[in-house]
Amino acid sequence: MENKDDILEVRNLKINFNTYAGKIKAIRDVSFDLKKGETLAIVGESGSGKTVTTRSIMGLNASNTEIAGGSIKFKDEEILGKTEKELSKFRGQHIAEIFQDPMTSLDPTMKIGRQIAEPLMIHQNMSKDKALDKALEMMKLVGITNAKERLNDYPYQFSGGMRQRIVIAIALITYPEIIIADEPTTALDVTIQAKILKLMKELQDKINTSIIFITHDLGVVAGMADRVAVMYAGKIVEYGTVDEIFYNPKHPYTWGLLSSMPTLDTKSEVLPSIPGTPPDLLEPPVGDAFAARNKYALKIDTIKQPPFFKVSDTHYAATWLLDDRAPKVTPPDEIVKRQKHFKAINTK
Amino acid sequence: MEDKNAPKILQVEHLKQFFNVGKPDEVRAVNDITFDIYKGETFGLVGESGSGKTTTGRAICHLYTPTSGKIIFEGGDVSKLNSKDKKVKFRRDMQMIFQDPYASLNPRMKVKDIVAEGIDINHLAKDDDDRNRQVEDLLETVGLNKEHANRYPHEFSGGQRQRIGIARALAVKPKFIIADEPISALDVSIQAQVVNLLKKLQRERGLTYLFIAHDLSMVKYISDRIGVMHYGKMLEIADADELYNHPLHDYTRSLLSAVPVPDPEYERKREIVDYDASKEDDGQERSLVEIAPRHYVRATKEEVAMYKERLNNGK
Repeated sequence: MENKDDILEVRNLKINFNTYAGKIKAIRDVSFDLKKGETLAIVGESGSGKTVTTRSIMGLNASNTEIAGGSIKFKDEEILGKTEKELSKFRGQHIAEIFQDPMTSLDPTMKIGRQIAEPLMIHQNMSKDKALDKALEMMKLVGITNAKERLNDYPYQFSGGMRQRIVIAIALITYPEIIIADEPTTALDVTIQAKILKLMKELQDKINTSIIFITHDLGVVAGMADRVAVMYAGKIVEYGTVDEIFYNPKHPYTWGLLSSMPTLDTKSEVLPSIPGTPPDLLEPPVGDAFAARNKYALKIDTIKQPPFFKVSDTHYAATWLLDDRAPKVTPPDEIVKRQKHFKAINTK
Repeated sequence: MEDKNAPKILQVEHLKQFFNVGKPDEVRAVNDITFDIYKGETFGLVGESGSGKTTTGRAICHLYTPTSGKIIFEGGDVSKLNSKDKKVKFRRDMQMIFQDPYASLNPRMKVKDIVAEGIDINHLAKDDDDRNRQVEDLLETVGLNKEHANRYPHEFSGGQRQRIGIARALAVKPKFIIADEPISALDVSIQAQVVNLLKKLQRERGLTYLFIAHDLSMVKYISDRIGVMHYGKMLEIADADELYNHPLHDYTRSLLSAVPVPDPEYERKREIVDYDASKEDDGQERSLVEIAPRHYVRATKEEVAMYKERLNNGK
């Protein structure tokens, strides 16, 4: 480990899916670190590889997955190449996932007390009674009212928001060091979403866990993340602290994402949109995968993949626009506004 | 829409839409709502799941027979269309765009047949050439091209499928379009494309939209006026800016306080306003009252003064 604070280190990860149509290059050289106690948000559109990345950390990829290279280290322990038995033990002790859909991620035929207690009984050999006591504690912690009476209820007796609290309780019961939250609030109403996000932050402080938060909702990212990685077509194209990504973005894709979302005071007649659709990863384009949709694209973007350029110690972006030889371009209005704000907060 | 004197194209009067009436599991999905939509405007309808917004949309285009109340479209009561001609004309004037672009297109039909279905039913094409030409025009209007006409839905991405759904709605030259969560299933970068297309079509064709959604920032952006629904009731109606700048009902305030905003500083300061829904069930008579011009809130007689005060104090 390069840095003692790092709990997870992903290096040069490459993952392919073998399908009838050919080899889909889903993850194309992804590297990042996760620090203890932080929330790292991974944003990107569907198909950009955010879920595949975290599934690989959990060892939960489908059977047609081919790991074409790289490493994933949890505190110096290599995860890739572990057997299913080792992985199961590893997951039970160190890492847990909160899934997107609270309607389908619970067992409909099992009482919820038992579902929350199960990880303790399996991974820590705890007795049933003791595990149920712990489950009750956890239910109170995640804000389920009348927890004692509800221990013996089934999932269908709970609302969507309450079910997601149960899913969170299951994930937290072993006090995992890493939690992967894959669109945990996308299926919920905004008012419920706000409550669940607040709860996740409070619980994170309590048990000092690290969270990898996957979402396409930049509003949620702004509220949850310490650091952000933006993914496009199987690659990370920009990463930095939440302020750096939201107020001083450098990659044209990040510009596009931020300006195509109307804020509550957007007035313009036409919403700036990103033209076109993401590339087909059966045959990833040569050079920068975003070039075809990028109005700031340079000639070199179609020839050579841009490397990461350093913006600050914590902020990197893979775009040729940051090369010394690149022409100066003016980002979209929305981004210029944000960059001004960034200068203002940094000169204070 | 700039024209504040535009005529009413749709009037919803005391609409009630109950399901399983008289049974123990009776659901009062829409419970006595009244509002108007003016010609050429976009009326946004927001609310949580279960608030009755989708049921309202479906009742308006008469996919359900209302339990009670009236829906008046261009001066005529929709439930009293007594001739086949009138019914067919109503179906042509009012079209829907659905939420799920994957489920709302028949996978066994070619795109040209999906788009032309309305044209065929209404005999809007003189011959096959005319039909093909109309389909090509429609596909171009929504940003696809004529080569797409002979393909099947599975060959398209989500955003493209939603464009096909829009072309199908436009095929019969409607006046009024109900768009039920038309962009929720799409990626952020594609959402803006579809919203821009809807706005462009509205300008070019003078369409009126009922835009149903839960994404409040997008609703604010696209709508001229917004209605807020909760538990089958309409709680507040106002111009989009007015609603966001001066929300009066506690529920609207709670909803707005929960909208995630892509601005870290704003998010750090966010305070969530809780809403206590039990107040709605205290048995008192409430109706929509105009607190300020064009700004309506559901209130009792006593509450009206309180809301006026709220508006004046800006709190």
